[in-house]
Amino acid sequence: MGLFILRRLGVMILTALCLTFVVFWLTNLYPNLEKLAKTQGNFRMSDEAVESYLGKNGYLQPMPVKFGQWLGVLPGWTFEEDGVVTGKCFAIDTPQEERPSFCGVLQGDWGFSTVFKNEVGGIVAERLGLTGKLMFFVMLLMVPMALLIGVLAGMREGSKLDRSLSTFSIASTATPEYVSGVIFIAVFASSAGWKIFNGSATSAMDDATFANFTLPVVTIALYGMGYIARMTRASMTEVMTAQYIRTARLKGVSFSNIVLKHALRNALIAPFTVIMLQFPWLLNGVVIVETLFNYKGFGWVLVQAAGNNDIELLLAVSVVSVIVVLVTQLISDIGYVYLNPRIRIA
Amino acid sequence: MEPLTWGAIFFRIFMQLMPVWIALIVVFTLSITFKRKLGLYGKLFDSTIGMIGFGLVMFWVFAGVLGGPLDMIVTHDPLSQISGMKNKPPGTALRSPDEGQYAYFLLGGDNLARDVFSRVIKGAWIVVQIAPLATLFAFMVGITLGLPAGYYGGRLDTLLSFLANLILAFPVILLFYLLVTPEIVLTGIPNYMALFLFVFPLVFATILLNSRYHTQPKMRTPLLIGVVGGLGWLYLSLVSTNGAVVATPTYKIYGLPGFVDLFDIDPGILVVFVSVVFVNSPTVFRIVRGLALDIKTRDYVAAAQTRGEGPWYIMLWEILPNARGPLIVDFCLRIGYTTILLGTLGFFGLGLASESPDWGTTINSGRQLLRAFVHPAVVPAVALLTMVLGLNLLADGLREESLRD
Repeated sequence: MGLFILRRLGVMILTALCLTFVVFWLTNLYPNLEKLAKTQGNFRMSDEAVESYLGKNGYLQPMPVKFGQWLGVLPGWTFEEDGVVTGKCFAIDTPQEERPSFCGVLQGDWGFSTVFKNEVGGIVAERLGLTGKLMFFVMLLMVPMALLIGVLAGMREGSKLDRSLSTFSIASTATPEYVSGVIFIAVFASSAGWKIFNGSATSAMDDATFANFTLPVVTIALYGMGYIARMTRASMTEVMTAQYIRTARLKGVSFSNIVLKHALRNALIAPFTVIMLQFPWLLNGVVIVETLFNYKGFGWVLVQAAGNNDIELLLAVSVVSVIVVLVTQLISDIGYVYLNPRIRIA
Repeated sequence: MEPLTWGAIFFRIFMQLMPVWIALIVVFTLSITFKRKLGLYGKLFDSTIGMIGFGLVMFWVFAGVLGGPLDMIVTHDPLSQISGMKNKPPGTALRSPDEGQYAYFLLGGDNLARDVFSRVIKGAWIVVQIAPLATLFAFMVGITLGLPAGYYGGRLDTLLSFLANLILAFPVILLFYLLVTPEIVLTGIPNYMALFLFVFPLVFATILLNSRYHTQPKMRTPLLIGVVGGLGWLYLSLVSTNGAVVATPTYKIYGLPGFVDLFDIDPGILVVFVSVVFVNSPTVFRIVRGLALDIKTRDYVAAAQTRGEGPWYIMLWEILPNARGPLIVDFCLRIGYTTILLGTLGFFGLGLASESPDWGTTINSGRQLLRAFVHPAVVPAVALLTMVLGLNLLADGLREESLRD
């Protein structure tokens, strides 16, 4: 088991490195840098001015060197003009002897955001907190509901209850967040429908209430719910046809006891994996919903960073999301092995 | 003129959609009459869910085809703005209709005074064009790479699986934001990706035919020349625009010259298409690989190996046909997913032009004023919902029917 986790961790780090390099490469393509220079300076910059801005800020070094500097394995760039030295790792007013030569992710320095004019680490941490709040309520709603629907549908395959609940889960997987969100706002938060909830969740960032937080939470939860419910149903129907359930029935155990005590535990192994693997999808939902409801969390930052080619912020955002994806995959694998005694990994 | 009541609106929409109803009735009558002779497709008409799904999908297919290139159903031009119709509710009459102009905006006007109804129908054509084709390409890539990965295993499998997981670990939206921008189009990266991804159908067809007929050179050689020539021409037409495969401000790779180039693709559409194929193919790869791993242990594969068949013959003519059930079901689901992805791109204003009538872009432009004017965003939202729901129900019906035998 220990070796398995170690190997998975190795693959994880390799994957994260590859992905960040891809992001790094794409954001550092010349047209993107030109756009960055023009948004930072002005839009009518001449080609020479763009060139000199990029040169001064260390953007024109070779790609692997820049990546090494960002990682913190190569010394940060310095640039000298008219006796004034500027560099990646220090501000102009930092005294000569306090200037570090390395500053990268390994040193804990995530860089400086060109859009928000602030430290990237701080921005990401703050926004992740806000998204964490959203996700907590989504999970609180989605997981129990999905398991309930799946178990109810799967305990008697082919019954009326099964058919209607299955159709509901299909419908919910067919409704992406930007469709359900728009419909929810139209029905519950517009002048044409009832005005029960707020159509904007901006105020929920400081103070989440039932009125301003329900719609975003329900919108994300709905899309993920159907899939988990269908997986739970599939695993439940499989368990219900097993021999030991038949034995229990013949012994005269009541149906509710069979479902709750015999079937449920085995039926929940597969959904556990699925719930874990839903995290990457939820990330998508988060970006859409935060944009739609104007909730300024992690997804909103992603949109801002990508839209403005804010390289260091975008890299931090992708590192965080890639790590979330990989860690959930790892947990789901370990959990699967742990929950299912039939699988042994040496 | 008075605005229409809701009943009148529904009646007029119903009449406007008459060609679609006729086409649907014809398809359903023919299919139900001959359902015993139509294989899996015919069996679909034994399940209610499957029929509902098929009906929803075909509704949008017919609406797209008849309303798009044939220009039948639409009441107004989807791009022209008509004064006085800005954000007007459904059923509003035109202020001063010209001779022969449809006198009402059946589903109201959007924030630029364009007809919502016509835009939804035109948007269906964009989705109906891109989604199945992109899914087909993703399947070609996934099958061509997934079969050898599953069949051979070993290093090849490790490498390909690692690459697939790499793409899958990327949040889709981040990838879209990085790939689908005008700056990336300038660098020519989408063209390189198109060059790589679009070659797979060609490779697939070549291997498929060669592995089957390589023992009969008299038949194989002309067949391959015909198929590879035809597909190759299509491929080169697809990847080259204005006589160049890749054209950036600094350099140019020459492709098919203009006079033999069958069609040109707008660079905005190309980048959308390429990135959707790119995002979908790793998942298809994983499914095909899993199926190949499972099926290669069967007896008929062992029999073929004993007969001395080549590995590609076994993969494409023994394993693939036996994996078709799950693949067909996944194909339907994946078209739905691709539709959702296209909508996502439109929702973030990536790729397609901002006046494009596709559903995602329309939802995006409608959501700004959603709290005051509901209809410009809700109509395309419901359209997208019904189409994806139809595909999901269709897949469910197919799965049930294919499991029955």
